[in-house]
Amino acid sequence: MSAVLSEKWVEIGNLDEIPKLGSRVVRTASDEIAIFRAADDRVFALSNRCPHKQGPLSEGILHGHRVTCPLHNWVIELENGQAVAPDVGCAKSYPVRLEGEMILLAI
Amino acid sequence: MKERLVLIGNGMAGVRTLEELLKLEPDKYEITVFGSEPHPNYNRILLSPVLAGEKKFDEIVLNKREWYQQHDITLHAGSPVVEINRVKRKVLAADGTEAAYDRLLLATGSSPFIIPVPGANLEGVISFRDIHDVEQMLAASRQYKRAVVIGGGLLGLEAANGLIKQGMEVSVVHLMETLMERQLDAAAGAMLKRSLEENGMHFLMGAQTDAILGEERVTGVRFKDGSEVKADLVVMAVGIRPNIELAKQAGLYCERGVVVNDTMQTYDPRIYALGECVQHRDTCYGLVAPLFEQAKVCANHLAELGYGRYEGSVTSTKLKVTGIELFSAGDFHGDEQTEEIVFQDQAGGTYKKLVIKDNRISGAVLYGNTVDGAWYFQLMREGTDISDMRESLLFGEAAHLGSSGHGGQSKASAMGDEAQVCDCNGVCKGDIVKAITSEGLFTVDDVKAHTKAGASCGSCIGLVEQILANTLGGDYSAPEAKPICACTDFTHDQVRSTIREYELIDKQAVFDKMDWRTPDGCHVCRPAINYYLISAWPGKAQDDAQSRFVNERVHGNIQKDGTFSVIPRILGGRTTPDELRAIADAADKFNVGEVNLTGGQRINMLGVKKEDLPAMWAFLTERGMLSGHAYGKALRTVKTCVGSTWCRFGTQDSTGLGIKLEEMTWASWMPHKFKMAVSGCPRNCAEATIKDFGVVCVDSGYELHIGGNGGVKVRATDVLCRVTTEEEVMEHCAAFIQLYREEARYLERTAPWIERVGLSDIKKRIVEDVRGRKALYARFLESQEVAQHDPWTARAKGAEAHEFTPIKQIGE
Ligand SMILES: Cc1cc2nc3c(=O)[nH]c(=O)nc-3n(C[C@H](O)[C@H](O)[C@H](O)COP(=O)(O)OP(=O)(O)OC[C@H]3O[C@@H](n4cnc5c(N)ncnc54)[C@H](O)[C@@H]3O)c2cc1C
Ligand code: SF4
Ligand code: FES
Repeated sequence: MSAVLSEKWVEIGNLDEIPKLGSRVVRTASDEIAIFRAADDRVFALSNRCPHKQGPLSEGILHGHRVTCPLHNWVIELENGQAVAPDVGCAKSYPVRLEGEMILLAI
Repeated sequence: MKERLVLIGNGMAGVRTLEELLKLEPDKYEITVFGSEPHPNYNRILLSPVLAGEKKFDEIVLNKREWYQQHDITLHAGSPVVEINRVKRKVLAADGTEAAYDRLLLATGSSPFIIPVPGANLEGVISFRDIHDVEQMLAASRQYKRAVVIGGGLLGLEAANGLIKQGMEVSVVHLMETLMERQLDAAAGAMLKRSLEENGMHFLMGAQTDAILGEERVTGVRFKDGSEVKADLVVMAVGIRPNIELAKQAGLYCERGVVVNDTMQTYDPRIYALGECVQHRDTCYGLVAPLFEQAKVCANHLAELGYGRYEGSVTSTKLKVTGIELFSAGDFHGDEQTEEIVFQDQAGGTYKKLVIKDNRISGAVLYGNTVDGAWYFQLMREGTDISDMRESLLFGEAAHLGSSGHGGQSKASAMGDEAQVCDCNGVCKGDIVKAITSEGLFTVDDVKAHTKAGASCGSCIGLVEQILANTLGGDYSAPEAKPICACTDFTHDQVRSTIREYELIDKQAVFDKMDWRTPDGCHVCRPAINYYLISAWPGKAQDDAQSRFVNERVHGNIQKDGTFSVIPRILGGRTTPDELRAIADAADKFNVGEVNLTGGQRINMLGVKKEDLPAMWAFLTERGMLSGHAYGKALRTVKTCVGSTWCRFGTQDSTGLGIKLEEMTWASWMPHKFKMAVSGCPRNCAEATIKDFGVVCVDSGYELHIGGNGGVKVRATDVLCRVTTEEEVMEHCAAFIQLYREEARYLERTAPWIERVGLSDIKKRIVEDVRGRKALYARFLESQEVAQHDPWTARAKGAEAHEFTPIKQIGE
């Protein structure tokens, strides 16, 4: 597969397409990726599957740089996908950046 | 440069304060700790199980040495401070170590009181305060046979129990005629004495110690009446004295303890003090629960957040002797102004006494069966008016609220380690006990976070509280003034009244006004604040979608596989062939996984993909259907029976009335979900007596019921009143809902709300105060004008479209 060779940056949409403290998903052939927009307009990207029981993180409530999973309230760090103690687990995180208002995701 | 904070006393109160402080301000201070004992901080409470051989020292250490390292805390263990120089702002330890401070924290605890009788300093005379004492007792128990414990209080009895476990013959000497007289009345004390005697403990009651006998090592004890007993070991457990010498020598004002104000400051504002060494509002405490409340306040001030006051604690006690169930709280002796409710079963070994003052519990003693201790304690702290539950009060919470789910299991101590406590998350008793001791947990919230017990439906919280109490010997559940969440110290009620008083209309205004610790709250406080805002200012406050749980944001119930369910409203449970056809066609068209009939007389289509929701709603709303709000903290259903239209017993048109009620109330947001029902006669086919608001039709009109619940905790309704016309039913119903909307806390169902404020209060406001009722009714209708719009229709037309589609599809 060619994707293995290098990650490529893809334009996925404008910042204002995601509400502040909200999230939307990007669907790829292999995964569903949740893109989060924090109150300070930083964006983050995590696999949309909670490390606990695969809950859709994009449906959770965002606060600071964390999201609370809607199914059983695990709290996940947006920066690295780690569950906040005492829970243990990790959701895959993807590189994401802003170029002006455009959100770019590396897959 | 960082400010320097020095802690004197490496014990439970001091270190807890550091932990709280590090949570708030991890980098503010350079911290140094001095402790007399050569150990890191351990859980003093658990010395009793160590003595009884049920635990090892390692297991009761709360903060390992690595913890101090990780937080850059300099620890001088085994190094008592001997002088505080307040002018130069430094402390001096016995070994010559010095440390300068900007702020000083005193948490020196207390010392056992040694009765000043001849022989009190002989070898083999020991007190019971620290691990060193326990080691000495354990060593003595290996060599010697006979022990005398002086003092029949909590500590003395736990010591005696431990020594019996170690194989010694133990006599307990007590000055009074009642054991644990500070916690028990005579009746409970006598029952306790009997069961301890069955365990092999001997008692000498009303005996005053005159001298400890022996040359070098103790050989016996002599009493005032001249009698003597032999002893190879004497344990003195007659009380404690706050350690105030150091503070006194430094010129800090002391009485029985170091005197502090509500922010835990001594007379020198740079010096804080807390724990057993202090005297606050004339009280010295000897239990850990108050220390934890003090630690929170103190940490808050050290972090310079500047809010939070300590206003004293109400405490409760349990005796940590395996097999003995005993609970005591508050003022259990009573006086001329109090009355008592007592239950005594000598043969069965149970005793319960509640002391009531002005219809509120002011004290409780339970022996033999302490299941309801936590409940009574809560009613007591919250000052709940109990006049409506008087008759059933002694039978406990279970009699009051039926419980489903744990097979009637209600006695934590009788459960084996493998017995399941939390049926939702599959957590056993052993897991919980292990987490409490190995992780050093003290509150139900800690246990929830670490084990997930009680984190889902919450029905096992009572058991978790008992396990905590049995393991730690007290009730550590958070005090009444519980903050909403960790983002603030303010309670639900305070937030809500601030919103009204200062006319705050969005969440940011609340965060700013009330100094929220986090920039945008968390998943606990944001939905609550959003609800308080929209219910206080209908039409003015914007509903914030990002502060809503997914179900309410997306207007469907999320299922465990991430799909949603769709439940259209079927007013009053009456439907038509056209509606049924619409539902059947929708189910076909959108390939729903399963179609279900719900308990609320509706039809549930499960397994719908999120992207399909708007189209499916468009399909249904075009055919005249509305959202059922089956996903929200909102009005759910109005269940009805067929009533006088068809049923031979029917007294009124129950279906028609149900439809009217639902037409009036649908789409109103509430603190929690809200269900109604109307039955056509007292046969009650619509189960109106387990609903939040129920109507039972009778020949002469309508009987109105409130506060029922058919969930985890079954609770039958209370009767509100009887009325004669449908208009009155509507008015009472709306007024009751509005009162609930305005005054219950977010996520509080009507049943616990009524328990908390008392039925009589609600009757007064809805039934007796006619003008008040009409005003509530008017406010409800006003808020409905804003709220009563169908969210499905709006979304079918394109509102919030971003909610339902991916931002981008890559590949395929
Ligand atoms: C056997 C036993 C069982 C108990 N059971 C219960 C129970 O079931 N429930 C309950 O709520 N409470 C119980 N308690 C009481 C509870 O342990 C205390 O309330 C609590 O430990 C007090 O905390 P503290 O920090 O004020 O004092 P401590 O925990 O005593 O800490 C004070 C520390 O300061 C040190 N110190 C004193 N002077 C100096 C100095 N000059 N320099 C340096 N260090 C100094 C002391 O050595 C000590 O280590 C029990 C106590 C004991 C002894
Ligand atoms: S509650 Fe009464 S009126 Fe309604 S169906 Fe049952 S028996 Fe008939
Ligand atoms: S699936 Fe996320 S918390 Fe359980």
